[in-house]
Amino acid sequence: MRAINRKILRDLVGMRGQALAIALVVASGAATYIMSVSTLDALESTLAAYYREYRFADGFAPLKRAPRSVAARLREIPGIQMLETRVLAAANLTIDNFDEPVSAQIVSIPESGPLLNAIYLRSGRMPDPSRDNEVLVSDSFASAHQFRAGTHFYATINGRRRRLEITGIAFSPEFIYQVQPGALIPDFKTFGILWMPEDALAAAYDMEGAFNDVTFSIERSANIKEIIDRMDEILARYGGLGAYGREDQLSNKYLSSEFDQLRQMAVIFPAIFYGVAAFLLNIVITRVIATQREQMGVLKAFGYATTDLVLHYLALVAMIIAAGIAGGIALGAWLGQALGSLYMEYYRFPFLLFHLRPDMIFVAALISGVAAGLGTLHAVYRAASLPPAVAMQPPVPPRYRRSFLESLPLARSVSQPTRMIVRNLERRPLKSVLSILGVAAACAILVVGTLFSDSVDYIVRIQFQFAQHDDLNVIFNEPASAKAISSLKAMPGVRYAEPFRSVPVRLRFEQRSYRTSIQGLPHGAVLRRVLDSELKPAPVQEHGLLLTDYLAGILHVRPGDTLTVETLEGERRVLRLPLVAVAKEFVGVGAYMELEALNCAMGEAPSISGAYMETDSEHDKEIYAELREMPRVAGAGVRANALRNFYETMAKQALTFAFFNTLLAASIAFGVVYNSARIGFSERSRELASLRVLGFTRFEVAYILLGELAVLTVAAIPIGFFMGRGLGAFMISNVQTDLFRVPVIVDPSTYAFAAIVVLASALISGAGILRKIYKLDLVEVLKVRE
Amino acid sequence: MAEPRRVFSATGITKVYHMGDVEVHALRGVDLELYAAEFTVLLGPSGSGKSTLLNILGGLDRVTSGEVTYEGRDLSRASERDLTNYRRHYVGFVFQFYNLIPSLTARENVSVVTEIALDPMRPEDALELVGLGDRMDHFPSQLSGGQQQRVAIARAIAKRPAVLLCDEPTGALDSETGIVVLEALMRVNRQMGTTTAIITHNADIASIADRVIYLSDGHIVRTEQNRDKKEPRDLHW
Repeated sequence: MRAINRKILRDLVGMRGQALAIALVVASGAATYIMSVSTLDALESTLAAYYREYRFADGFAPLKRAPRSVAARLREIPGIQMLETRVLAAANLTIDNFDEPVSAQIVSIPESGPLLNAIYLRSGRMPDPSRDNEVLVSDSFASAHQFRAGTHFYATINGRRRRLEITGIAFSPEFIYQVQPGALIPDFKTFGILWMPEDALAAAYDMEGAFNDVTFSIERSANIKEIIDRMDEILARYGGLGAYGREDQLSNKYLSSEFDQLRQMAVIFPAIFYGVAAFLLNIVITRVIATQREQMGVLKAFGYATTDLVLHYLALVAMIIAAGIAGGIALGAWLGQALGSLYMEYYRFPFLLFHLRPDMIFVAALISGVAAGLGTLHAVYRAASLPPAVAMQPPVPPRYRRSFLESLPLARSVSQPTRMIVRNLERRPLKSVLSILGVAAACAILVVGTLFSDSVDYIVRIQFQFAQHDDLNVIFNEPASAKAISSLKAMPGVRYAEPFRSVPVRLRFEQRSYRTSIQGLPHGAVLRRVLDSELKPAPVQEHGLLLTDYLAGILHVRPGDTLTVETLEGERRVLRLPLVAVAKEFVGVGAYMELEALNCAMGEAPSISGAYMETDSEHDKEIYAELREMPRVAGAGVRANALRNFYETMAKQALTFAFFNTLLAASIAFGVVYNSARIGFSERSRELASLRVLGFTRFEVAYILLGELAVLTVAAIPIGFFMGRGLGAFMISNVQTDLFRVPVIVDPSTYAFAAIVVLASALISGAGILRKIYKLDLVEVLKVRE
Repeated sequence: MAEPRRVFSATGITKVYHMGDVEVHALRGVDLELYAAEFTVLLGPSGSGKSTLLNILGGLDRVTSGEVTYEGRDLSRASERDLTNYRRHYVGFVFQFYNLIPSLTARENVSVVTEIALDPMRPEDALELVGLGDRMDHFPSQLSGGQQQRVAIARAIAKRPAVLLCDEPTGALDSETGIVVLEALMRVNRQMGTTTAIITHNADIASIADRVIYLSDGHIVRTEQNRDKKEPRDLHW
């Protein structure tokens, strides 16, 4: 090996501590990138393959009831490729040793198995079409209750209780994200999907020879909007609730919004990590060059050209980076796989296609290489192009001057060491600013890492503290007479009940339209309230609608405008209603009106769709048992369950993306702080030793160096908070959907956590430096010629 | 005896440094000639400009004004690439503080130079020549000052340079070690016919030179031909 190359290896060993810190930062950057990109790629390609192989429908059309003969007319719509009719039913389940209300959606299986939304049978067998008590259950529901083939439970379908036996556990592309209507997030214990042979379900649900849901796929060239319009026309007289494309399908919609968020993280986090890594490299390489100035002078004196030296130091840096990249790719692949499996639990994919594609590795290496190259090239080139005679001389004493702060009157009383700190910071303002920015960037990623959970936590707090006060809500399977509320109130343990009416509608304003439902709430309702932008109750009105601000935005309506409301139930009246006010809601897009006025506008007798109730917790079991037996009750939601489930899910999610990022961000924070301190020490060990010789104590000397570190760290933290919040706001602004709008909320504990990690990094680094100061060999340092 | 061949020729050279806020006039108009195979000592107190002059002759630095030629080629107007080539193929340097590369052994410190030279000696031979055959695999930190300086000389001569320029080669050494180092330099000068220039502020060393050039305050004050040239072993200081 050439002697000059041997020098690279020996130099590397000599600076191993710092080389390791740099490699770690590069590895963190590469790992974040590989982790994000490979997870995203795995989820997206799994989803695509799953949708394709299990023929996820292009469109859906729910309705009240139509005879099977109507299907032929639907199939004639131009552009339809495949079309299936089916029966969807709601059921209440009774499960041994589980008292809380459990509801299920039952999906019918045609005799020859579904053509669209095919079933992936994980275990067991398909139900026997000739039997009326066999079902498949969704995988998530099965594992929440430890069901397996052969387990049985009771279901109340249409008021009739029957014993059902599980024949198998299944997945479906339609229910990757399974959330109960009206709930915020999936609760696998209280909501499940069941599949039952079509004839058996139709018989149980009074749907013989009829259907209440349509799924279809379209030809490649077809226009889905035209098909939907045509389908709505045909189904209108059968109680059509409005057909929709797969982009509006609940599970798919959640997935796309979550994938959007992941995609952003896959860009923003690695960008920050690499930015910080490049910055670190620049500092360290500049310093290495500074210490090697003399050697470069010698090499040049003996005829090495500037380009030789640039290549020499680039090779040194390349080895550090290569180690970092290799480690980062391995770590990233491992984390990506771990993260993919965690997401599997949440998204219920039957399989996961995880590949580490060569182009990901190439991009990771390229980004690291370019970041490192840019970081080092300038520093090396500048030092290597010094004339050798100058390079071999000790550097000119840096220019110091009285600092600005010293001109302040207070400064007279400041000690000499403090003056040194201030002058050193002011002498190289760019370096100080960059150090602060580096630490601030690390602090910022720590803030962003937990900002999402803070924001979602805030949504839930608002929802349950201000808007939603009921202990229990009950939904009927179809509108009931207003008298039904009294039978609910009569149940033991029910202290108070408030009815509501929910009417599916299509809202139109100018050329825009949106399918949702109008909730009718009584005057002065206390259990469910609509909030205005100041989180104060916004009263529902008789003469007009209250819309969620986001929906008003979609439709471009302002209070005072009049909307066309096509009701999709009963007489299917078309109403003209003014928008009276706008409500603030983070979840869903709702429209609200006073209950009686809504009944009146629908031209129906006072009727309700369900009720919100306040109950005594001692009577919960009795209430749940009684509700299960009520034929009209399609489902019930328990506040305590929703909250428990939410916090459990949040805890699990904190373990995923954000958690890994936080770990990596913490390692960056440490890398930056440690390197700043370490470099400061190396650059100034001679000066510090001289001070020791002059009689300064170790503590006084440490103060000069660590004081500077403290000033930089303390200055960086608030800037990091600010940057983190801004970055979070930017990321959040791109994930606003009609499912939920995330406000930018940073909990004080998030700031505290970020600050603690940064301060702890500073303390540990400071302790390391302190040890070096204690071990400073005065004679040796002074003997070394600069 | 034929007129010795002129190797270096400098006319009216000046050099101004900007050290921070201070302007330093290191050379204030120097005319000088050096001849092939000659052993010259440049003598002067510190700050007299002798290091600057040596650096300019060696292509380590450039003049502010004036002209320097080496074998007829103009160093004062040479490009960076030409200067690098000049240093690579014609010049050997020895510095006061040795300037070895601490991460390389004695042999490797020499190899670093032989690897880029056109017709080098084996690094081992160069080290033998300075009497360090038994220290080849030692790192600089394992060698005494005199040994380090001899490695530096081995490094300088290993490429068989036409010119050997030494900046206070004995400045950091005691007299006994200094004499060993001077003997090594003298041997190279005699065996290889290398044009050698040594700068020093030690007047005793001047007595081993063919010619002594006295510098003071950026000027050459006088030049002396040495009639009674001594051997290094006869010196003591």
